[in-house]
Amino acid sequence: MSDELLTDKTVEELRELMARYPEPRSALLPMLHLVQSAQGRVTTEAINKCAELLEITPAEVSGVATFYTMYKRNPMGKHHVGVCTNTLCAVMGGDEIYETLCDRLGVGNDETTEDGMITLERVECNAACDFAPVMMVNWEFFDNQTPESAAEVTDKLRAGDKVVSTRGAEITSWREAERVIGGFEDGLADQGPSAGPASLVGLEIAEEQGWKAPAVPGAKAPVKETDGD
Amino acid sequence: MTDTLTPVLSANWNQERSWTLKAYEAGGGYQALRTALTMEPDALISLVKDEGLRGRGGAGFPTGMKWSFIPQDNPKPKYLVVNADEAEPGTCKDIPLMMASPHTLVEGIIISCRAIRAEKAFVYIRGEVLHVIRRLRAAVREAYEAGHLGQNIHGSGQNLDLVIHAGAGAYICGEETALLDSLEGRRGQPRLRPPFPAVEGLYASPTVVNNVESIASVPSIISGGTGWFSSMGTDKSKGYTLFSLSGHVAKPGQYEAPLGITLRELLELGGGMREGSELKFWTPGGSSTPLLTAEHLDVPLDYESVGAVGSMLGTKAIQVFDQTTSVVRAVLRWTEFYKHESCGKCTPCREGTWWMTQTLTRMNAGQGQEGDIELLLDLCDNLLGRSFCALGDGATSPVMSAIKYFRDEFEACLTTPTAELFPPSKSTLFAKEVAR
Repeated sequence: MSDELLTDKTVEELRELMARYPEPRSALLPMLHLVQSAQGRVTTEAINKCAELLEITPAEVSGVATFYTMYKRNPMGKHHVGVCTNTLCAVMGGDEIYETLCDRLGVGNDETTEDGMITLERVECNAACDFAPVMMVNWEFFDNQTPESAAEVTDKLRAGDKVVSTRGAEITSWREAERVIGGFEDGLADQGPSAGPASLVGLEIAEEQGWKAPAVPGAKAPVKETDGD
Repeated sequence: MTDTLTPVLSANWNQERSWTLKAYEAGGGYQALRTALTMEPDALISLVKDEGLRGRGGAGFPTGMKWSFIPQDNPKPKYLVVNADEAEPGTCKDIPLMMASPHTLVEGIIISCRAIRAEKAFVYIRGEVLHVIRRLRAAVREAYEAGHLGQNIHGSGQNLDLVIHAGAGAYICGEETALLDSLEGRRGQPRLRPPFPAVEGLYASPTVVNNVESIASVPSIISGGTGWFSSMGTDKSKGYTLFSLSGHVAKPGQYEAPLGITLRELLELGGGMREGSELKFWTPGGSSTPLLTAEHLDVPLDYESVGAVGSMLGTKAIQVFDQTTSVVRAVLRWTEFYKHESCGKCTPCREGTWWMTQTLTRMNAGQGQEGDIELLLDLCDNLLGRSFCALGDGATSPVMSAIKYFRDEFEACLTTPTAELFPPSKSTLFAKEVAR
């Protein structure tokens, strides 16, 4: 298979990541995110380049790249779809969602659709259990899914239609997401809400009941409520 | 009398654009930093210690004490590393906190670094949460621009650089020494202790590793002053905290309350179980904490009381399962998780989680063999206390506790698949009817 070659710009950005740390090797995880963003997977070329820049062996870089599940040695689809099938999500319907997507996409775990649009993966707990069952698209949250809603999302992704996270930004692509995860902003932080509904249930009950943490002893009242004395 | 719910960390989550510096400062944000910059580092440590803040990442170790272990006569740089690798099954509090109010964490980091005299800090956040990473990076940029980070912060002489570092999908990196290896660009495998990170942590330098919620609690403790934080909670488990309710309940979500609230009270606040559901089993603090049942509804959720009934408060991740759920299926899935996430460094965990998975798989399929329950307990005996780190210990929690409370269900696995006794479709969120 042929991959795009690493560009000078990417190599420059790899050096930029290294400069963020007291010891350059600390940048290896971000560097691997960046190279797979640039090339669509972790290539042998990228492993050698990271090793050269960090002055360690390719075997050491390989050892790291194969330890962590987010690094992909095989070509990825445009979008990564992860269905949580850890216990709570599985029980709440994650297993049915995963089965539905396997059928609909004609793929199994860690496989890519024929059109190259979606790579499907079973993922572990993604820290959104109060929104179960949860699906991730390019590591953006899709909360409270059903088999039908999940299928609708993947249909839209394959058609190239606009898809927005239930608690985040408009979906870009797996490669663009990996660039942000690696360490470079994409200007989308202001999209989406502060929090999903489940994150706010306790706060809303407290506000209805007038419940608060104790007042701070001796604290001044908020500025807007004073006379300015 | 303290109110039933006490939103502090979550108090601004419903504010317009709460993640921005502007909104955070409009709500009084970064005032605690101004106060802290007038205080001596040791005074900050004493206040956090005296107010009784305990680590919110699971172990409950006193945060101020951890800070005081940093040898200040050591000439090496000191580091603060925030553990934002939230991945313990059931745990979902740090991610919404950082999404809605990343500046609460940033402010806590600056104050904590003043306390331990660190000039470089890292947030090690799991990689699988894109939007949260975006919000954190934006918050750090804003904090630099406002002079809250960088050189000579607000003329105090304090310097601080903060790096947001994303992991790459490995539960083990939530273990603090594995996290440090990972942050050094290696495979995330735990280190032998001693030396503890406080003495030789990141780059063999004195390092504090604290959970997100612990550090995010610091600004309020500083603003509250002596006696405020400790006026909430119980005698030994002080303060407020985030309880995360998930599963077969009417209103899953985040509930911020003083330590010592009970599951019964939390359920009553949220409208109880979902319609037609009866509580069968629950985790008090993630899958690594032994299961509890309906008989534990009135156990105060604090470190001591949960410990006294044979479990752990952990991360306060309360996963609730009803009568439609096969406990064997649940335990198998958790065990598969531990097998998948075992780093392979030590034999008991690497091999034990595989054997347990194999045994539970055949039981789940109704093909259990005579002696399988004893085999599982024997495997647990070889893992618990014999593994290199807490991952191996954690893997035994669901297995041992489930056998303790639901032995009949494991015995039924000699003849009957769990899917026959507990059709999975009846447990789902979108189930048409819940079977009685």
